[in-house]
Amino acid sequence: MNITVTVNGTAHTADVEPRLLLVDFIRTNLGLTGTHIGCDTTSCGVCTVLIDGTPVKTCTMFAVQANGRSVTTVEGLKQNGELSAIQQAFREHHGLQCGFCTPAMMLVGTALIEENPDPTEDDIRWAISGNLCRCTGYMNIVKSIEAAAETTREGASS
Amino acid sequence: MTTTEHKPHTSPEIGGLGHSRRRVEDARFIEGRGNYVDDITLPGMLHMAIHRSPLAHARIISIDTSAAEAVDGVVAVVTGELLAGYNLAWMPTLSGDTQAVLATDKVRFQGQEIAAVIATDRYVAQDAARLVEVEYEDLEPIVNPQRALEEDAVLIRDDKEDQTSNLCFEWESGDKTATDEAFAKADKIVSLETHYPRSHPAPLETCGIVADVDSATGQATLYMTSQAPHAHRTVFALVAGLAEQNIRIVSPDLGGGFGNKVPVYPGYVVATAASLVIGQPVKWVETRTENLISTGFARDYYMKGELAVTNDGKILGLKVDMLADEGAFYADAQPSKFRAGLFHIVTGSYDYPAAYVTTRGAYTNKAPGGVAYRCSFRVTEASYLIERLVQNAAYELGLDPAEFRSSNFIQADQFPYHSPTGFVYDSGDYETAMRKAMDMVGYADIQAEKEQARKEGRLVGIGMASFTEVVGAGHGEDYDIIGLKMFDSAELRVHPTGKAILKLGVKSQGQGHETTFAQIVAEELGIPAGDVKVVEGDTDNTPYGLGTYASRSTPVAGAATAVISRKLREKAKKIAAHLLEASEEDLEWETGKFFVAGDPESSVSIQDIAFAAYTNPPPDLEAGLEGVHYYDPPNMTYPFGTYIVVVDVDPESGQWKVRRMIAVDDCGVKINPMIVEGQIQGGLTEGFAMSSMQHITFDETGNCLGSNFMDYLVPTAWETPRFELGETVTPSPHHPIGAKGVGESATVGSPAAYVNAVVDALQHMGVTNIEMPMSADRVWHAMQENSGG
Repeated sequence: MNITVTVNGTAHTADVEPRLLLVDFIRTNLGLTGTHIGCDTTSCGVCTVLIDGTPVKTCTMFAVQANGRSVTTVEGLKQNGELSAIQQAFREHHGLQCGFCTPAMMLVGTALIEENPDPTEDDIRWAISGNLCRCTGYMNIVKSIEAAAETTREGASS
Repeated sequence: MTTTEHKPHTSPEIGGLGHSRRRVEDARFIEGRGNYVDDITLPGMLHMAIHRSPLAHARIISIDTSAAEAVDGVVAVVTGELLAGYNLAWMPTLSGDTQAVLATDKVRFQGQEIAAVIATDRYVAQDAARLVEVEYEDLEPIVNPQRALEEDAVLIRDDKEDQTSNLCFEWESGDKTATDEAFAKADKIVSLETHYPRSHPAPLETCGIVADVDSATGQATLYMTSQAPHAHRTVFALVAGLAEQNIRIVSPDLGGGFGNKVPVYPGYVVATAASLVIGQPVKWVETRTENLISTGFARDYYMKGELAVTNDGKILGLKVDMLADEGAFYADAQPSKFRAGLFHIVTGSYDYPAAYVTTRGAYTNKAPGGVAYRCSFRVTEASYLIERLVQNAAYELGLDPAEFRSSNFIQADQFPYHSPTGFVYDSGDYETAMRKAMDMVGYADIQAEKEQARKEGRLVGIGMASFTEVVGAGHGEDYDIIGLKMFDSAELRVHPTGKAILKLGVKSQGQGHETTFAQIVAEELGIPAGDVKVVEGDTDNTPYGLGTYASRSTPVAGAATAVISRKLREKAKKIAAHLLEASEEDLEWETGKFFVAGDPESSVSIQDIAFAAYTNPPPDLEAGLEGVHYYDPPNMTYPFGTYIVVVDVDPESGQWKVRRMIAVDDCGVKINPMIVEGQIQGGLTEGFAMSSMQHITFDETGNCLGSNFMDYLVPTAWETPRFELGETVTPSPHHPIGAKGVGESATVGSPAAYVNAVVDALQHMGVTNIEMPMSADRVWHAMQENSGG
């Protein structure tokens, strides 16, 4: 089937098998390997991207379902050559260790802050509760998202 | 050895020990530019999928691969029979046993590898793998070690000539006679029977390989999820008969390991053989289900512990008898002389003269493994048992568990302490760590609240664990894996411009080695950490090492890094003397420079020295400023700490919630406090996981009931407690920088604290034990059974 998916602002047209998973389209067809595969059952969340701004797990979504939609992956977080607030916050607050869940965590955090610029700790923990991390114990991920929200608010008010 | 304050000696610009330097590796991870095995694509690369046994125990009558071979895009189907032609149907395990690469005679666990399909596309490979037809004759599945050792149990390992039962090993430690004598003098014997359940490390990245064997040159480049690339290269040389210099193992970024990536798995071997035969690169990456059902499980020890005590609260001795469920192939990744790993650290943080530990391991129809899941070999099981026993003993004696611990602690002035099972604890101050944790939690207030809560119909519990770990294996005379001594190595090259590259035999899986090991060089040589690149995980480009597991990177490779830095500093001194036209004896070192004693103006920086090493070396000295050091640790290190958990238990449902979790850790000198904290927070979460939800179970026919993340529960951010961290610092006296390692302390120490807290909440009902994971229904049943309800 012929599909056109906009990924990080660039439209990609491809002829794909109907059963091709979106995560494989992103990783294999487009070579964007920052989106990972961890469980195949929509449980761990490392394959999360934003589709029209909403976090979606792409290991159980077909590429054809993304036809005409706009996808943001971790490779699209940097703007004008600058790290986004959430990328900087994850580094500053030690929000990552092995890095495997990190792209998804940052994308979920980005969507949360977009929707709720001043999230509580519980808001953040609930938002990332579909994304597993085996290294950090989540505390520094929460701290990173809190810090990114603060930076984003300051940026908006200045 | 006393607890001391440790402040950085170097400026933040140098970034030596004690600086919370931000991580170097994050730069690529936050942009999605990590390079994990599945991210690697090579020209002409094929994909492999494995056909696995649906049965736990069955004889193979026939294997028909014709339907799979007929699928468009399938290049080859590999069976054990085919591998047998290359003498590859079986391989050695890290415990000196054998393991089927692809089954030929029988299947011995559900998920066992039978055939592998190589195809041009991952989807096609998986389609075709399903079409492999296997005819079986059912055999009795043995799903627990108790049944395995009964006389009439069917023999699982009928492939082994001398094997007449399902007994896998027997092992003992300590002194039986002395322990019997201690028990004869006891006023009370406190006993506990418990099962440390089967678990799985489940790193978010599963295991995988891209095998690229050049049929023209014989060069094999294997991109592998490997925590121990050098040891794996040697195993490959031995298993596959490839010349070791022609094997290059590259372990790129790893998405967690936790012990899961220590063993060599059949998939690695088959993909390599397939690439060799076909002449094209072959990629194999596990699905999550494959990861959970076939690779490296952990724990699964049935333990009976007995503590001999006096009425006035002194421990006299400990007896432990254990039964280990080893699965179908004995594959524990552990030092070869120690069949139950370092379990004999079970005497814990307490001073008593006698202990005796016996262990039997049994083969069962389950996946092999026995990996050290975020712990030094079997230390988690040991720590759990002693810390549970100590709490129960305090209850039986009517003593406060903290005071009972305190009156039995090894005292700070007793180090180095010789334990009754043969360890020599390097340093510790257990009392100080425990009191600090008690102060942080407000121990007396919680105890008081407990009484009040009961009157109000609420259940509050407080539980503690004052653990001692043993990590950093180890001294080569005693510790080896398949004969390889457990040293580790560091190669340091200081370039003419004063920048450096450090190459290590270990391999980070998220621990941040690229950041922390540069800090050791910065401390020792005064070269800014930012000027030191750390390279690991490529056997062609790093010195030989045993790898990263059992918290051994800092104790062993960290020591190697400090020692090689010091050796280069000695050489730098000779060059400095030449440049300053002074005598070596007159030179003094201050971070980053040598100066003439009494004349600080006459100095030369390490950067100038490095330049001179290549441009103007002294006439009698070889050029360059490079070296390699292999460090054989004189002893292991013994991190310790006290964890205290406060829980609220719902008397109606048995649900429990962590109200406070205090962790006071002592890992000796810290390289990077930020990273240490991160490691502890992660480990506390794994401890919470094991105590509350994580376990792999099987039904009576050997079906694995924890085969995906919907059935094998790991904690999310929502239920994970918030942790409060504290520290004491007791340097290791034998480690060059006084560090002990910290990556696993929290996993080892915390499970007992969580369980002790829930048991404590129910103790007045007569509850003395709740098995892990403490599901609400287990807690509820414990209440019903003990309250007459």
